[in-house]
Amino acid sequence: MKNFQLKAKILAQTKIKDNYWHCEFSAPQIAKNALPGQFINIRVSANFDPLLRRPISLHGVSAAKVKIVYEVVGKATEILVRKKKGEFLDIIGPLGNGFDLGMQKAEGRRQILVAGGMGVAPLMFLAEKLKVPSLVLIGAKTKKDLLCVQEFKKLGCSVKISTDDGSLGFKGRVTELLRNNLTKSCALYACGLKPMLKVISDIANEYNIPAQVSLEEHMSCGIGACLGCVVKTKEGLKRVCQEGPVFKAQDLIW
Amino acid sequence: MMKPKISVEIGKLKLNNPVMVASGTFGYAEEFKDFMDVKKLGAIVTKTLTLKPRKGNPMPRTCETAAGMLNSIGLENPGLAIFIREKLPFLKKTGVPIIISVASEEKPEEFLELVAQLNIIEEVAAIELNISCPNIQGKESLIAQDPAATYKIVQEVRKITGKTLITKLSPNVTSIGDIAQAAEDAGSDAVALINTLSAMSIDVDKRRPKIAAGIAGLSGPAIRPVAVKMVWEVFNKVKIPIIGMGGIMDTASALEFIIAGASAVSVGTANFINPGVSLEIIAGLKEYLVKNKISDIRELMGALKI
Ligand SMILES: Cc1cc2nc3c(=O)[nH]c(=O)nc-3n(C[C@H](O)[C@H](O)[C@H](O)COP(=O)(O)OP(=O)(O)OC[C@H]3O[C@@H](n4cnc5c(N)ncnc54)[C@H](O)[C@@H]3O)c2cc1C
Ligand SMILES: Cc1cc2nc3c(=O)[nH]c(=O)nc-3n(C[C@H](O)[C@H](O)[C@H](O)COP(=O)(O)O)c2cc1C
Ligand code: FES
Repeated sequence: MKNFQLKAKILAQTKIKDNYWHCEFSAPQIAKNALPGQFINIRVSANFDPLLRRPISLHGVSAAKVKIVYEVVGKATEILVRKKKGEFLDIIGPLGNGFDLGMQKAEGRRQILVAGGMGVAPLMFLAEKLKVPSLVLIGAKTKKDLLCVQEFKKLGCSVKISTDDGSLGFKGRVTELLRNNLTKSCALYACGLKPMLKVISDIANEYNIPAQVSLEEHMSCGIGACLGCVVKTKEGLKRVCQEGPVFKAQDLIW
Repeated sequence: MMKPKISVEIGKLKLNNPVMVASGTFGYAEEFKDFMDVKKLGAIVTKTLTLKPRKGNPMPRTCETAAGMLNSIGLENPGLAIFIREKLPFLKKTGVPIIISVASEEKPEEFLELVAQLNIIEEVAAIELNISCPNIQGKESLIAQDPAATYKIVQEVRKITGKTLITKLSPNVTSIGDIAQAAEDAGSDAVALINTLSAMSIDVDKRRPKIAAGIAGLSGPAIRPVAVKMVWEVFNKVKIPIIGMGGIMDTASALEFIIAGASAVSVGTANFINPGVSLEIIAGLKEYLVKNKISDIRELMGALKI
């Protein structure tokens, strides 16, 4: 798939809550071709501090716009959050290999989306594209860290929640919530931290359920050039930024 | 004013312009085709190749540092045979001089076998001997840290190839001039410098190195002053052309290397940030020459006033 580097105008920059933000760019070439699971690589500073771009998942696209949601966690995201509507940012995308929408749906399985923390970002885009209403399981540290619950509901998805501290929904891990909600014929799509994705892969293997997981690694280039983001698969090492970030759970070696 | 001349020669190699891309930072060129016209590069240096496929080092392999980055990829590459079958065809199509970087894993003889096989490929314009990779575990010292070892390997390779031979030097030495001298004496057509600086970064919460291999190589703007000084040192020691690199991010930083004595420059880490930056630098160099009424870029080489 063709990638584009462009100076994208910020169309909206809004606070969701606390450190969580929503941002929209004008990026027609990226919007036109983007698939759920793909990401953009953002250069937040024209001088070299921070030096490297930062990868952020596509949260959705519409007409000529691309949307992201992000958490302010460090140097680059702190700069990003100070960028205002009307300013321009250098972005590259749509990068990577997104979710395969056809395969699992074709078999008429129940679609289960499992999000840990910021994992909701790409899964929202996926839920839009899947069209059939899915079951969405969202896990967060506390009630305050839950994102996108209403948006998923608006799409007609049923949403179940887990929090580590029990401040809302099921108290415990989202992977336990998943075990409680497995059905005979289902398909899994997951995004979150590695330990969570490993458990989901184990569940998928145990019950022989098709599953796709979206991985995160530190990325220096995002375009497949540095070999800094590799993951072990049954077919050898693959680049998370290029052959991923979405992989079939069954193909990964943990 | 007339168009300034920016073509340069490195051994038998004639480059349309002095801007190339550094080994390990440009993949096999195909990764960049959406972002730039790769045909316009002066030359392409490919990721260091070993005889056999190599898996490289464990993750995490890279991290950002102040004005730089660390990497310990560990020379992951598909090995010579798969490279020739799967990666070379695209490179050939670019029409740009292709410089193949090679390294041995265990025995120096592997250099000879690699070069012997590359010798018969017409489109291989030059061979770069990577004797300076800091990321091969189990190697206590680099060939590029020993003038005698450098001399020996360069001389052996020289005997079996008529292709342009470039020796890539390490900054992790007491006197880089001495190593460059050994490479020149042994028949190297050019030297390329610098490879990454040996470095470490620590996660204080985990009290572990941020890179799984522990020690890694530092690149990016942070190393530029070190690299410029080393190019100047080598320029004053040897007569063969120098390919300068280390933190080149834009035209001004490329010019520093040329003024210090480099005949050509290589863009590395900057490719990750701005994939088309090399072409911007080529345009910028032309502009600088016009503005300063210099008709041939070679007049700038080593033109440092002191
Ligand atoms: C494919 C992909 C998609 C992503 N999508 C999103 C998204 O939609 N929304 C979002 O908020 N974040 C997302 N991230 C994570 C995001 O890239 C990092 O949060 C960001 O790079 C942090 O930059 P910083 O300079 O602000 O923080 P830094 O100062 O670089 O780091 C702050 C902390 O975050 C950790 N960190 C930084 N980068 C990563 C990473 N890539 N993976 C795991 N931990 C990291 C660091 O180790 C450190 O502890 C994604 C990452 C990848 C690889
Ligand atoms: C991710 C990465 C991988 C590299 N791989 C190689 C390699 O395979 N062979 C080599 O000779 N140099 C390799 N280098 C070193 C570069 O070619 C270059 O010498 C160094 O990075 C300094 O230039 P820079 O600061 O412009 O990046 C690598 C550098 C980086 C950042
Ligand atoms: S981030 Fe460079 S290869 Fe994936």
